[in-house]
Amino acid sequence: MSLLATVLPWAIGAFVIALALNAWRLLRGPTLADRILALDTLYINTIALLVLLGMQLRTELYFEAALVIGMLGFVGTVVLSKYVLRGDIVE
Amino acid sequence: MTSPPLWLDALVALLVVVGAAFALVGSWGLAKLSDFLKRLHGPTKATTLGVGCVLIASALMFSVVKGAPSLHELLITLFLFLTAPVSAHLLIKTAVKLGVSDTPPPPPD
Repeated sequence: MSLLATVLPWAIGAFVIALALNAWRLLRGPTLADRILALDTLYINTIALLVLLGMQLRTELYFEAALVIGMLGFVGTVVLSKYVLRGDIVE
Repeated sequence: MTSPPLWLDALVALLVVVGAAFALVGSWGLAKLSDFLKRLHGPTKATTLGVGCVLIASALMFSVVKGAPSLHELLITLFLFLTAPVSAHLLIKTAVKLGVSDTPPPPPD
């Protein structure tokens, strides 16, 4: 897969730039909702970065990590939003 | 490891490039746009689509490399596509609660 081997480092670089942009919004974000949105995007981009790393290294070791990050990231977004909405998490 | 045909190599490479481009555009929109409701567009549409493309490319590549169907990635894709609208809806409700865009700016002269 020579075409893929040519393309993969550029794709990984693009995702690293995307992560940096998300981190900038996370640090700067004027409102709390911006910060929660930045965290949400950050974990989604991290999943893609882990999958690309697995393709580069030809290993399936990272899929479970990506799956766990996906589930815990979604739970984190829900919990943060609920906390802002109601001032409480478990009712 | 079997050597894959050229069209499959090109398809996987194209999916990776398109996915990376979508994710970069989505994150750029998150960093650049001016209003929270505008900023919500980029990640919830472009980034989710980009990650979906990358995951499908990975599923294709590992199916070819191993010689057997590889379905882990479809699990992650399904989970992401199920949870993205839910989290976007919760973020909108959070923004409404916080009053992020109650008073829109006046139009320019």
